[in-house]
Amino acid sequence: MDHSEIKKLAHLARLEIRPDALDEVAERISNVLTLVDQLQALDTDHVAPMAHPLDAVQRLRADVVTEPDCRAAYQAIAPATENGLYLVPKVID
Amino acid sequence: MHNLTIAQMIRELRQKTFSSVELTEHFLARIERLDSQYNSFVSITRARALQQARQADARLAAGNAPALCGVPIAHKDIFCTNGVRTSCGSKMLDNFVPPYDATIVENYQRDGVVMLGKTNMDEFAMGSSNETSYYGPVRNPWALNCVPGGSSGGAAASVAARITPACTASDTGGSIRQPASLCGITGIKPTYGRVSRWGMIAFASSLDQAGLLTRTAEDSALLLNTMASFDSKDSTCVDEPVPDYTATLNQSISGLKIGLPKEYFGEGLSEGTARAVEEAIKTFEKLGATVHSISLPHSHIAVPAYYVIAPAECSANLSRFDGVRYGYRCENPQNLEDLYKRSRSEGFGDEVKRRIMVGCYALSAGFYDAYYAKAQKARRLIQQDFVEAFKQVDVIMGPTSPSPAFEFGSKGKDPVAMYLEDIYTIATNLAGLPGMSIPCGLSDNKPVGLQIIGNYFAEAQMLNVAHQFQQNTQFHDLAPAGIQ
Repeated sequence: MDHSEIKKLAHLARLEIRPDALDEVAERISNVLTLVDQLQALDTDHVAPMAHPLDAVQRLRADVVTEPDCRAAYQAIAPATENGLYLVPKVID
Repeated sequence: MHNLTIAQMIRELRQKTFSSVELTEHFLARIERLDSQYNSFVSITRARALQQARQADARLAAGNAPALCGVPIAHKDIFCTNGVRTSCGSKMLDNFVPPYDATIVENYQRDGVVMLGKTNMDEFAMGSSNETSYYGPVRNPWALNCVPGGSSGGAAASVAARITPACTASDTGGSIRQPASLCGITGIKPTYGRVSRWGMIAFASSLDQAGLLTRTAEDSALLLNTMASFDSKDSTCVDEPVPDYTATLNQSISGLKIGLPKEYFGEGLSEGTARAVEEAIKTFEKLGATVHSISLPHSHIAVPAYYVIAPAECSANLSRFDGVRYGYRCENPQNLEDLYKRSRSEGFGDEVKRRIMVGCYALSAGFYDAYYAKAQKARRLIQQDFVEAFKQVDVIMGPTSPSPAFEFGSKGKDPVAMYLEDIYTIATNLAGLPGMSIPCGLSDNKPVGLQIIGNYFAEAQMLNVAHQFQQNTQFHDLAPAGIQ
């Protein structure tokens, strides 16, 4: 992994990597990818991917309201709110 | 009092040898006096604990209290507790006070169990040494220069040091069993879906499972009776009746078929660990079990498959931490992207960031089939190995960890060296099977764990097997030096 690949990956993950840490991050992520690359030698031609160990499927429920209004409780722990809305920096000029 | 098992505490509480308030006060005092050596607690909830203990005493006096009423335990700081900070070992959630309780926390409250506090852990449960916690590493009570294992390191150390009778925990790749092994206690990870994940902060949702760290298998059975339940709030929870796990503890294990996977006894296993595990197997033979050599041929791809699936799911789960709705927010964000990036970069530690990035890579356009889809296929092959094995044997046994507790920093800076610590536990999570670790001896004066892997929903059988071993050995009674 070179620096540009790491920077692209960091952006996808919405993370920032300090320029002086790029080498170290690249090396360690490369080590992990070398480990997982062992999978490529495995023959999986006729194998179905496993999504749930017990092959469970999504349960359905009656279409009724089950959630109470918890807005005040949830917003009480937010970094910044106003009039029941979450505040973020200006996104439209 | 602190040397009693929970089974014994239940009897003494009913005989009024002591009250729940006295018992709770005893453990709170021990935590406050001794935990500076271990750093196993991140929050001590003294006032709440004593209030719960008083309520428990009232229920006990009324004579209709549930079995566990009045027993104090701690919760791993991954379980949301209404009104009590839940940090998940991260700066990101250092200020997070959940407005609700996890289902398992509710279950224990319903049954009158007292919460002593919240225990330290690797950040977002990512680690095998408890070295990645924002609150500093936990020290192993058996050797303070060694790690307690992880990610449930605080939970395991606190139980081993007898400053809490038991602790809830979670296991995504070995996070209950490996610290149980390194701290000389009993740990159980139930079948995937047996215990609700609602309110347990998500790391890798298809692998995460809540479970327990206790001194004995009997205590695990008592606590699992309350922890296990069907929960419509967890879409992957399985609607299967919950048996009384204590009912079958005393059954004979004569005729039990034990499978020993040859892949779990090869290169990388330390001599002392191998010796203790082999001795334990001989004990089972004396109890009438038969031993069969089996093979789990895809064992070698469990760690690679895990390090695609777990980071991929973690990158999706941890995308919710954005500095907007709760948790850490950076100072003076310049714009929305700056808010996201700096809040996440300043709030997460290195290992968490690494796994998020590996996960993003594995899921990114053009790589999905080569990594994630491939790993999900590998997972099927690993599961099929177990399905075949359980046609021949009742339980599978082997070491929990390759070697006993290691020194801080000894795995170096290469994350892969740490990942191999879970080489024997990860396959169980990938297959969704239940697993336990019980103490089976010492090597260099440090505990060795025996892993027991059961078939789907065979928790009662695993607990029976573990209990029979503990009825005939004393390893679970050994305490670290200096702990009276």
